[in-house]
Amino acid sequence: MESVLGRYRNLTILVGVLFLQVLGLAVQVKRTGEAENTRLIRIWAVDTITPFERVLVWAQNGSSNIWHNYIFLRGVRAENRQLKQQIEQMRLEQVRLSEDAEQAHRLQQLVGFKEQVIAKTVPAQVIGSSGSDLSRSIYIDKGSNDGVATDQAVITAHGIVGKVLRVYPSTSLVLMINDQTSGVGAMLEKSRLQGVLKGTADGAVTLERVMSDEQVAPGDTVLSSGGDQIFPKGLPVGTVSKVSPGREMFLKIDVKPAADLSRLEEVLVVTEKQEQNAVVDNATRVKAADILAQRLPSVPDKPPADAKVATSGNGGSPAAGTGTGVSTQLVSAPKPEATQHPGATILPTAAKVSSGTSATGAATNSARAAGGRSISNGGQQATSDTTSKKTTPAAASSAANKTPADNNGSGAKNNSAASGTGSNVAKAPTQPAAARPKPVPAPSNPQPQPPASEDVPH
Amino acid sequence: MFPTSVPITYTSGEQIEVYRFSIPVTVGVPLAALFLQAFLPRRIFSIFDLPLLVTIFFAMARRNPISGLLTGAAIGLAQDMLGPYPIGIYGIAKTVVGYFASSLGAKLDVENVGARLLVTLAFYLVHAAVYFTVARGMVSMTLNWSWSRGVLAGLANAVLGVGLYFFLDKFKQRT
Repeated sequence: MESVLGRYRNLTILVGVLFLQVLGLAVQVKRTGEAENTRLIRIWAVDTITPFERVLVWAQNGSSNIWHNYIFLRGVRAENRQLKQQIEQMRLEQVRLSEDAEQAHRLQQLVGFKEQVIAKTVPAQVIGSSGSDLSRSIYIDKGSNDGVATDQAVITAHGIVGKVLRVYPSTSLVLMINDQTSGVGAMLEKSRLQGVLKGTADGAVTLERVMSDEQVAPGDTVLSSGGDQIFPKGLPVGTVSKVSPGREMFLKIDVKPAADLSRLEEVLVVTEKQEQNAVVDNATRVKAADILAQRLPSVPDKPPADAKVATSGNGGSPAAGTGTGVSTQLVSAPKPEATQHPGATILPTAAKVSSGTSATGAATNSARAAGGRSISNGGQQATSDTTSKKTTPAAASSAANKTPADNNGSGAKNNSAASGTGSNVAKAPTQPAAARPKPVPAPSNPQPQPPASEDVPH
Repeated sequence: MFPTSVPITYTSGEQIEVYRFSIPVTVGVPLAALFLQAFLPRRIFSIFDLPLLVTIFFAMARRNPISGLLTGAAIGLAQDMLGPYPIGIYGIAKTVVGYFASSLGAKLDVENVGARLLVTLAFYLVHAAVYFTVARGMVSMTLNWSWSRGVLAGLANAVLGVGLYFFLDKFKQRT
């Protein structure tokens, strides 16, 4: 026996070493199935390597920051100007989208819909990778000390990156979505078809489990479906780059990840998610007209006497007379409470902007544009028409006069264009001008038809 | 100091040259390979397996199977510790590579460029085969093998290996 072992000493040692490793592997596999315990040896290895990586990343970022923040500043002003313009456009767009979202929230609230939202994120820096071509994972510089835990989603502004696989005190290992062992619940944005996002051997990403009889086209956007309980629903995943027949009855859908997984520098770890009922937050609403008002020159407050004079000029000078009259009236009028129709709520404030200044025309156009956008989700074309009518000088006084009637006399004359609820205002243009009833004095004011502006409380 | 060049003129089984390395090189080179592998940008360098190249080099230079397999096991386990998968998969694969590389080094002339290129390519594929066998057979991981990428990566590693071995030759010390 000894001679055999001596003769095959090398082979025996090879078998022994392999056996020990296999044994260790078996222990780990068993333990992984029961509970995810990070092994001490891993912690040692990571603690040895990551400090060097941190220093290198820090030095690299430092030199890069010096270059970008102090040296490479050509064209920054022009870029800044351009970005400001872009921000203004985006804010207007945001208003429209927020109106849409609020409407969706209201509908969700009606049906008791529970949504999952990202409550808290921790920004982290990528400091290294797993050091292997056969696995796709990265190390980030945040760990359990920063609130990171396993199975938390890791995202960027562009899309999802992966999930936290292992957590150490000050670092974490993130398994990326293009790893072969990862799986993400995903769906196609247009068709809402759901599948499983998997990594391939060469680091690409495919969407699996989509039946071959479904219509999927390159360019379709892929979102997270929320089915994996890790990534909140609706996060961008990528776009379909190629569709081909796959195994069995499924399609093979190649997906180009939205986040550039090979050039990650900063990521966000979603450390807290909340499940909550859809909430309609009326208090923080921003109106398109408010944004427009900020962009216009401000109008100084006029003394009451001036305002009285100005508001008495029904049908007078468009710039100084009626325009200002409408402005004063609308400013002092109570704000409409009923905000069920987004387009309607914009109306008073839009009119407020159109005071008798040289900017009236621009404001009117802008307000019309904003009103037109806002009504698009509610389908209330009437609001846009009303806006345009009320912001033209000639229509201002008639609008003030007829509004009490349109309001069915439910309020005093100060229920004018501004005080009319959204629904009421929206109804106005649905009747032809000729068929509209004549202005009826409000019950609280028996005097014969005074100018509308006189009854406006100051 | 280390010799700047090592003349290898004989390759028979009895007279084959065996080298050794100083402790700083023995420890530092594998650690540097692991560190570079983890830190270098994935987009460009993910295809390379520096720890494997270092394993092959040390195993072939020492020409001792036990030394080779232990070197492979140590480097492989260290690489496993940095990865997301269970510890031991790379360890087993590199143990096998280290053993056979040193056995091969004891029998053949693996000092010229052509031989090194072919040996590195072959061992890259052996390494991948063992890795996938263990990963799929023992750990039940759903890994897929891509022949095109595997061969391409093998060739790339072989080319890099030739250059790397040339550099590491400078650290050899004759026994």
